[in-house]
Amino acid sequence: MAFRLKLVPDHTTFDFFKHQWITFGASVAAVVASVVLALVMGLNFGIDFRGGTTIRTESTQAIDVGLYRAALAPLGLGDVAITEVFDPNFRADQHVASIRIQAQANGEAISPEVVTQVEAALQAVDPAVRFISSESVGPKVSGELIWTAIWSVLTATVAIVVYVWLRFEWQYSVGALAALVHDVVLTIGLFALFQIKFDLTIIAALLTILGYSINDTVVVFDRLRENLIKYKTMPLKDVMNLSVNETLSRTVMTSGTTLIALMSLVILGGDVIRGFTLAMAWGVITGTYSSVFVAKNIVLFLGLDRNKKTEDPAAKFFTEKAADADH
Amino acid sequence: MLQIPLWKRVIILGLCLIGLALAAPNLFYGRVEAHNDAVAAQEKTGAMSAEQTAARDLWPDWLPSGLVNLGLDLRGGAHLLAEVHVADVYKARMDSLWPEARRALAAERATIGAVRRAPSPPGELRIQIGEPTQLARAVEIARALASPIVSLTGVGQSDLEVTGEGDTITIRLSEAEQTATDDRTMQQSLEIVRRRVDAAGTREPTIVRQGADRILIEVPGIGSAAELKELIGTTAKLTFNPVVSTTSNPDQPAGAGNVILPSAEREGVYYVLEDVPVVTGDELTDARPETDQNGYPAVGFRFNTTGARAFGDYTATHIGEPFAIVLDGKVISAPTIQSHIGGGSGIITGRFTVQEASELALLLRAGALPAGMTFLEERTIGPELGQDSIDAGRLAAGVGFVAVVAYMIASYGLFGVFASVALTLNIAIIFGFMSMIGGTLTLPGIAGIVLTIGTAVDANVLVFERIREEMRQSKGIARAIELGYEKAMSAIIDANVTTFITGVILFVLGAGPVRGFAVTLLIGIVTSVFTAVWVTRLMVSIWFERKRPKTLEL
Repeated sequence: MAFRLKLVPDHTTFDFFKHQWITFGASVAAVVASVVLALVMGLNFGIDFRGGTTIRTESTQAIDVGLYRAALAPLGLGDVAITEVFDPNFRADQHVASIRIQAQANGEAISPEVVTQVEAALQAVDPAVRFISSESVGPKVSGELIWTAIWSVLTATVAIVVYVWLRFEWQYSVGALAALVHDVVLTIGLFALFQIKFDLTIIAALLTILGYSINDTVVVFDRLRENLIKYKTMPLKDVMNLSVNETLSRTVMTSGTTLIALMSLVILGGDVIRGFTLAMAWGVITGTYSSVFVAKNIVLFLGLDRNKKTEDPAAKFFTEKAADADH
Repeated sequence: MLQIPLWKRVIILGLCLIGLALAAPNLFYGRVEAHNDAVAAQEKTGAMSAEQTAARDLWPDWLPSGLVNLGLDLRGGAHLLAEVHVADVYKARMDSLWPEARRALAAERATIGAVRRAPSPPGELRIQIGEPTQLARAVEIARALASPIVSLTGVGQSDLEVTGEGDTITIRLSEAEQTATDDRTMQQSLEIVRRRVDAAGTREPTIVRQGADRILIEVPGIGSAAELKELIGTTAKLTFNPVVSTTSNPDQPAGAGNVILPSAEREGVYYVLEDVPVVTGDELTDARPETDQNGYPAVGFRFNTTGARAFGDYTATHIGEPFAIVLDGKVISAPTIQSHIGGGSGIITGRFTVQEASELALLLRAGALPAGMTFLEERTIGPELGQDSIDAGRLAAGVGFVAVVAYMIASYGLFGVFASVALTLNIAIIFGFMSMIGGTLTLPGIAGIVLTIGTAVDANVLVFERIREEMRQSKGIARAIELGYEKAMSAIIDANVTTFITGVILFVLGAGPVRGFAVTLLIGIVTSVFTAVWVTRLMVSIWFERKRPKTLEL
């Protein structure tokens, strides 16, 4: 047999319920901690959600944040946040800063005069500074964007839960829901803890996490359904353990390839989308964890009616079609 | 069995080849873009310069030339979200209704008494009458001014809503008419913005209506959002108003029906003008840069028939009086009417530079916006940042791809190679498909492709793991492979449908870059199932026929 990289041996018989109270407790604790973090520390909302302006500057000189701040103070723009941006892709003489200015009073985006003032003030202290991009969102739009964001996460969750309910049983959809909430809340917690900028692209990442997490969960469920038919008398807990063990190699493999690809993006993809890629990478980790330790535990807790016909007609349809295709 | 019928092989291979062919132009982005630009220019003007011919020859005509559009965040450019003040039009409508209403009511002065316009909020016309007892009659007269609406939803409804209370009649646009008016205002605004942006000759601008009263404008390659705003001209509104007097005090009472506007040329000079214009810029049919009799730059214009008649009538009766040309709330010039101007054409003089004259002509030609706009969202992305993002995305995608391929081959050997070939094809087909539909690639879109690289092999992993399992139950190799594909199918379908659902929601609710991400994600899901299931299966089948292996190393 040729050399094969196998992170998971052929036959595993891990008991995923052995420490279920620890894993369950850890999940609950992490979810609670995330909610507390989000409430206490708050999220570092980007201008998409709270309005305002961000200006990205680039200079060949090292950036003195204090100097920039002092230059902008006389303009009376309210809350101004200046952060230096670091990235491994930057050239040695590429110094990037991000300046965020709070939303101004009216519903409009920032006026060009204000931008000109800011640019002139910065040029006075750093003649080498250049303005790479500027984005401005009026408070009217940002208020709506918050709702769009909440809407999309809710709709996606409901749509997935309904799909799982139709394809499996209601107990599975409750398990899937628990896993999804777990993943989304933990991601929000991470963003609150490290105060990473939370903007519209992060919502896109959250939705992707939903998709990934359910993908993983569904593969386990699918196997569970198959094994429930195969081993009619085996206790539910054991069938679950068997199913997770059987799919473990795949779970590790797929999470592995996805994480490899995402880590390459996190490290090399540039600072502009780092928050987005970081959220997805984190989501893959929590998504994998939740499909092994959260989703099926809920199903076990709820119990399944095993006398009912558990075979799914759609699955049969697809496999028969696939088989037909060969003849 | 493992065999795949010939027709199916042809289809699978054919789809792959089409995908590759469609994706190919993207490898020569600069060339193909120059070629496409030259072809477009040729279609537009019919003629072609030597430079353009050279550009066209960079890429053969018979090859596919569709390209993936680069989003603003990759190409650099400006993005604006504008809100159109649709209610402005209500006010204009009410203002122009007043003379007509006054005439109709004044005809029955004997019964309803003196008529005067009462102060009213914008969008309403309030008229006070001398005889409150005759209010019903006055309302009746005012109602006669209304006309039925011609629209899909508002058939049979009247365009005006007339109510009376005490000694005052209130006229406002009915709800159905407001909806119809809003729609017209939006169409007109969109068209004007489009013409102005097109006139500047930028490439592939996106100008679309969003929601009830918003316009999204994205122009790649433009320097900044401020520049774009200038181009669109927030309120390039041209009117010709009668001058009442000039003054140096901007705060003096203007008198009923008058406004005070500053002079564009001379500081401290203000004109008192009649508020209702004689002619507006809407009635211009043409405007072009010219020179006046002294050889200074000027702008010549021409009115349509109604404009020409109104202008002619006015100039005939007001010879010797000054007359103001108002642009964007400033008096550009206030010449004295020398003679009756009958032909409907004239000339605007002022202290213009040649460039200002041609800009003004362009603005006038493009027409005035029917209502003002507020900009709710502005984004400028510099071209360097876009290029940096492309470079970073390309590097990340490359490294991610190599790492995934290495991992797959280390884990599954030959089958890993099959999966990697399928993965390569998958990426090519994503690009091919996006080029075909003219999709836009954004920075999150690149992330979507990299994510697809990671997840696309999932279907293969599911199949290969299943084959391993089936082999452990010591079935024949052919049977194990077949069962592997068959039994993994249910999980593959479920897993991809759920991801597809979130992708659709992202697409529907997202905008801009996020939507770009959704597009690559959705296309990636479809193509990855195709390549991971059918293409690898074809490869496995061909390999199996050739080698007839006794054992399977997986």
